[in-house]
Amino acid sequence: MTAPVIELREVSRRYGEGPPALDAVSLTVRAGEAVAVVGPSGSGKSTLLNLVAGLDRPDGGSVTVDGVRVDGLGEAAAARHRRDRIGMVFQFFNLLDDLTVTDNVVLPAQLAGMARPEAFRRAKELLEVLGVDRHADALPGRLSGGERQRVAVARALMNRPPLLLADEPTGALDSASGQEVAGLLAQLHAEGQTVVVVTHDLALARACTTRTVRLVDGRVAADGATEGTGGTTEGTDGAAAGAGADGATTAARADGSGSGSAVERTR
Amino acid sequence: MSALSRVVRSGVGRRRVPGVVIGLATMMAVAASLLGGTLLAASGAPFDDAFRRAHGAHLSVQFDAARVDAGQVRASARAADAVAFAGPFRTATVTPRTDDGTPGWPMTVAGRARPGGGADRVTLTNGRWVARPGEIVLSADSALLPVLGMRLDFPGLPDGPEVEVVGVARSVTGTADAWVVPAQMQALTGGGAGGYQMHYRFADADTGAGTEARIAAGRRAVTAGAGAGAVTGERSWLTVRKAVERDTALYVPFLLAFGLLGLVMSVLVVGNVVAAAVGTATRRIGILKAVGFTPSQVVRAYVAQALAPAAVGTLLGVLVGHLLAVPVLAETAEVHGGTALAVTPWIDAVVIGGALGLVAVTAWAGAWRAGRLRTVDALALGGAARPGRGRAVAQLAGRLPLTRPVTLGLARPFARPGRALAMGTAIVFGSAAVTFTLGLGASLGKVLEAKAHDVADVVVEAPPAELGPHGPKPREEPVADPADVAAVVAARPGTARHYSSVKARATVAGTAGVTEVVAFTGDASWGGYTMVDGRWIAGPGEAVVPTGFLSTTGTRLGDTVTLNGLGEPVTVRVVGEVLDTRNDGMEVFTDAATLTGAPLDPAETTQHIEVTSGTDAASYAAQLDEALAPLGVTARADGDDRDSSMALTLGALSATLTLMLVLVAGLGVLNGVVLDTRERVRELGVYKALGMTPRQTITTVVASVLVTGLAAGGVGVPLGLRLHGAIVPAMGRGAGLRLPASVLDVYAAPQLAALGLGGLVIAVLGALLPAGWAARARTAVALRAE
Repeated sequence: MTAPVIELREVSRRYGEGPPALDAVSLTVRAGEAVAVVGPSGSGKSTLLNLVAGLDRPDGGSVTVDGVRVDGLGEAAAARHRRDRIGMVFQFFNLLDDLTVTDNVVLPAQLAGMARPEAFRRAKELLEVLGVDRHADALPGRLSGGERQRVAVARALMNRPPLLLADEPTGALDSASGQEVAGLLAQLHAEGQTVVVVTHDLALARACTTRTVRLVDGRVAADGATEGTGGTTEGTDGAAAGAGADGATTAARADGSGSGSAVERTR
Repeated sequence: MSALSRVVRSGVGRRRVPGVVIGLATMMAVAASLLGGTLLAASGAPFDDAFRRAHGAHLSVQFDAARVDAGQVRASARAADAVAFAGPFRTATVTPRTDDGTPGWPMTVAGRARPGGGADRVTLTNGRWVARPGEIVLSADSALLPVLGMRLDFPGLPDGPEVEVVGVARSVTGTADAWVVPAQMQALTGGGAGGYQMHYRFADADTGAGTEARIAAGRRAVTAGAGAGAVTGERSWLTVRKAVERDTALYVPFLLAFGLLGLVMSVLVVGNVVAAAVGTATRRIGILKAVGFTPSQVVRAYVAQALAPAAVGTLLGVLVGHLLAVPVLAETAEVHGGTALAVTPWIDAVVIGGALGLVAVTAWAGAWRAGRLRTVDALALGGAARPGRGRAVAQLAGRLPLTRPVTLGLARPFARPGRALAMGTAIVFGSAAVTFTLGLGASLGKVLEAKAHDVADVVVEAPPAELGPHGPKPREEPVADPADVAAVVAARPGTARHYSSVKARATVAGTAGVTEVVAFTGDASWGGYTMVDGRWIAGPGEAVVPTGFLSTTGTRLGDTVTLNGLGEPVTVRVVGEVLDTRNDGMEVFTDAATLTGAPLDPAETTQHIEVTSGTDAASYAAQLDEALAPLGVTARADGDDRDSSMALTLGALSATLTLMLVLVAGLGVLNGVVLDTRERVRELGVYKALGMTPRQTITTVVASVLVTGLAAGGVGVPLGLRLHGAIVPAMGRGAGLRLPASVLDVYAAPQLAALGLGGLVIAVLGALLPAGWAARARTAVALRAE
C-alpha cells in the first residue's frame, strides 16, 4: 500500500451561523489514487478542496498533505505548500488574460524562484506534451475551452506537485472538450499522478477516477469504487485501480491529444 | 426613511475609505480658501473702520515753514479741492530725554490745540488732551514708552523746555509721534523754522479705483500752489493701509495657492471616487433600477453619497479656517481696536457654497453615466470582467530581469490608465506641495539670513545697558572710542577683515516714526547685505536702503533723501536697494563719513570681524574679549539663531497644509489601490492558488504604483518649482519686499532628485495598507466565480 498523500481527521468547517460546511470528515487519499469528490451544491466539496489546498483553515480536526500538517500553516507557509505540493485546476481555468500561454504556465515556477531558462524549458515541454505548444505565444482568450483547460493543467504541473486538485474541470466545457480533459486526467493518473477531482459530473468521475467520495451536508455519505470502473474503496490494493485507469487512457488516446509515453514526461 | 436615503446611507457606510478621502480633501480646500479669503477681505477691515471713525487724512503734506506761511498752507486745501482738512499745524523734529536721563530717539511733534477737526482726528487712548504749554500727548506708536506723568526735556534745544506726558493718543495714519499746544511749538522749534503739516480729505477717495489718482491729483495741486521746495514730505493713506495689510498680505498668495490646490484635489478625488463607485457598482445600479429607481434617483443617490462626506469635511474646514485666522488677524485687529474674531459671512458663504457646489457638480458628472445605463446592460456588465488593456506592456514587463511579483505589478497602470492617471494626479499635487513648502522654508530662511546680516564670525559690541522703567538706564562708565577698539581688532592675529557699524536714529520728512541709520567704517559689502538692485555704497554721501524705505518715502534709486535729527540735516543719494525687513524697512545704510556732524553713540557701535581660514572663531573671540576688556566692550563668536514668529507661523501653516495635501494624495492612492485589488480579486486569488506568498502579494500590489509614483514625482516637482517661483515673489511683494534671485534659487540638484522620489514614497505609503489587506484576503471564493 502506498503512503497517504491526503489525510483528513475529523475535519469540521463552519461559515457563520449556518449548518457546518464540513462536519467531522475523515478521509485518506493514497499516492497514485484518482478520487472523485461528488455531491450536490452546498455539500462541502469545495470547502474540502480549499482545506487541502491551504486556501482555508478548518475549525476542528487535522489536514495533512504529503506528510505536512496544513491546518496550522501561516499564510506564507500555506502559499509555499501550494507552490510545492499542489497543482490546481479550476472550472473557469483562471488563466490570466493579459499573459501569454507560456507566461501563464511558467508563473508557479517563477513564484518559486526557478531559474528563467529552466522554467521556460519545462513550460515548453509541458505544452508539447499536452498538445497546446502551437499556442505558446497566444493569449488565453484566443484558445478554445478545452485548450485553455490543457494550459491550466500544464500550469498546475509546472512545479511537479505530488497532488493535482481539479475543481469541476469540465464544468465550463462542451462535451467533446470535457471528454478531452477527462482523458488527460486519466492519463496523468495512469502515470502515477495522485488526482482529486471535485465534480457534479458522474461521467467525468467514471472517465478519470477509480474511487468516489460522496458528500452530503458536509458528511461522507459514501466512499467506494467509482461506478462502472471496477475501482477500489479506500485501502484496497492499488493494483486493482489500474483496470479503470487503462480504460481512461484508451479514451484519451482515442481523441489523439497525446501518447502514454508523452504523459510520462510530465513527471 | 425613504428608499433613496436608505440607499445613500448604506452606500456611504460601505465606502469608508473614499468617504474619508473626500472629507479630508474638502476640509483642506475649504480651510485654506477660507483662511486666504478671510485674510484678503478682513486684514484691512480694522484699519478701514478706524480710518472712517477718525476721518483719517487721505493725504498729509509736510511744508517747510521757512518757505511758506500758515495762510499759504491753509489755501492749499481749496487748491487741492479737499472736502475737509485739518491744519496747518506747526511741526518740529525733537530728541527728548526722559526724567531718569534715558536719551530718546528723534520724533516729530505737532502743535495742535484740539484732537478733533475736519480730518485726521486723533483718538485719545489714555489720559487727556494737552491744555497748556508744558504738556505733551505721546503717540501710542511712539518709540518712547508712553507713561502718564513722565517728564521729558530736550537737551538739544535752547532754554531747556520741559513737558509732562498727560495723554496717549493715536493718529490713524501716524501723522505725528507727539502733540503739544500750538503755543509750545515756538520753544520746540528751537529758533529754527520747523515745518507745517496739513491733512486733507477728498471726496470719493475712500473706495474705488480712482483713489490713487485722486490723491495724486491733490498732491500735485498742493505742490504747485506752495512753490518749489516748500513741500518737504507727504504721505498717502494708501501707503499706511498697505503697511497695515503687510503682515497678513504675506499669507494671502500662498494660502490662495493652497486653496486652489485643495479645490483641484477635491474635484479630482470626488470625480475619481464617484466614477469608480459607479464603475464598480454597475450591478448594484442595475438592481436599483430593476426594483424601480428612476435614472434621476440613481444619480441623486450617488451625488448624495459624495456630498455627505464633503459636507462633513466642509464643516471641519470652516472651523479650522477660522481657528487659523484668529492668531493671524489678531495683531492688526488689536492695533486698531477692532474685534479679533474675524468672521466675514459672505466669504464663509462663498467658500462653503463653492466647495459643496463643486463636489455636487463633479459627482453629478460622474454619476450621470449610471443614471443613463440601461438596466439590462447594468445587470450584465456587473458580472463580466472587462477585457484587459496594456497587454504589450505586461509582456514586456515579464521580460525584465526582475522577480515575477514585481513585474506583474509594474505593468498594472497600463491595464487601467484612467485610474493610474487619477492616482498620479493626486501624487503630483502632493509632491508639488512638498516641493513648494520646502522651497518656501528655504527662501524664508534666506530672507531671515539676509535680514540678520550675521555673516561675520565674531562681533564686538558694548554690553547691553541695564533696563530702567522707561528703557535702558544711562551707562555708568563710558564706552571706549570705536577707533581704539578697531585698532585692537586690526592688530590681532587671525583677523582677516573687519568693519564697524554704528546705529543712529533719524526722521525722514513726511514720514512719522524713526528711520534707523547704520553707518559703516570700512568695507561692509561682505557683511551679508543682499542687494536687490543698484550697487553697494562707494563713499560718503551715498546710501543703500531697503525696498520698504523706497516705497514708504516714494523715492527711487538715484534720488536724494534728507535725514533729520542727526545734528544737522544730512542729504544722501540712494545708490542701491538692499533686502532688509527690520524696522519695516525704514533703514538707511551709509558710510560713517557721511554723518560727520552727528553725535554717534560709541555704545551703539559694533565691530564685525571675519577670521582667517583655519582660525577658530570661538577661541579667537575669547582671546579678543580678554584683550578688549579694558575698553569696556565684549567680543563673541556670532552664531545666534534668530527666529521670527512670522516665519514660524508661515512654516507651521504651510507644513500643516502640505501634510494635509500629502495625506489626501496618499489616501487617493489608497482608494485607487483598494478599488484595483477589489477588481483584481480573482487574479490575486489565482496567484495565491499558484503559491504566491503574502509577501509576494504585497510586492505585486506595491509594484503596481511604482511607475505611477515615479512619473507623478517627475511632474510634481517641476510644478512645485513653478509654484514657488510664482508665489514667493508675490508674498515678497505683499510684504513690501523685492526678492533677489539668491532668495529664489533655493533648490539644489540632489535635493530635487530626492523630492522627485517623494512621489514614489507617497505612492508606496498609500499602497502598503491595501497591499496588506490583499495579502491577507481569502480569495478561495473568487476563484470559483467566472
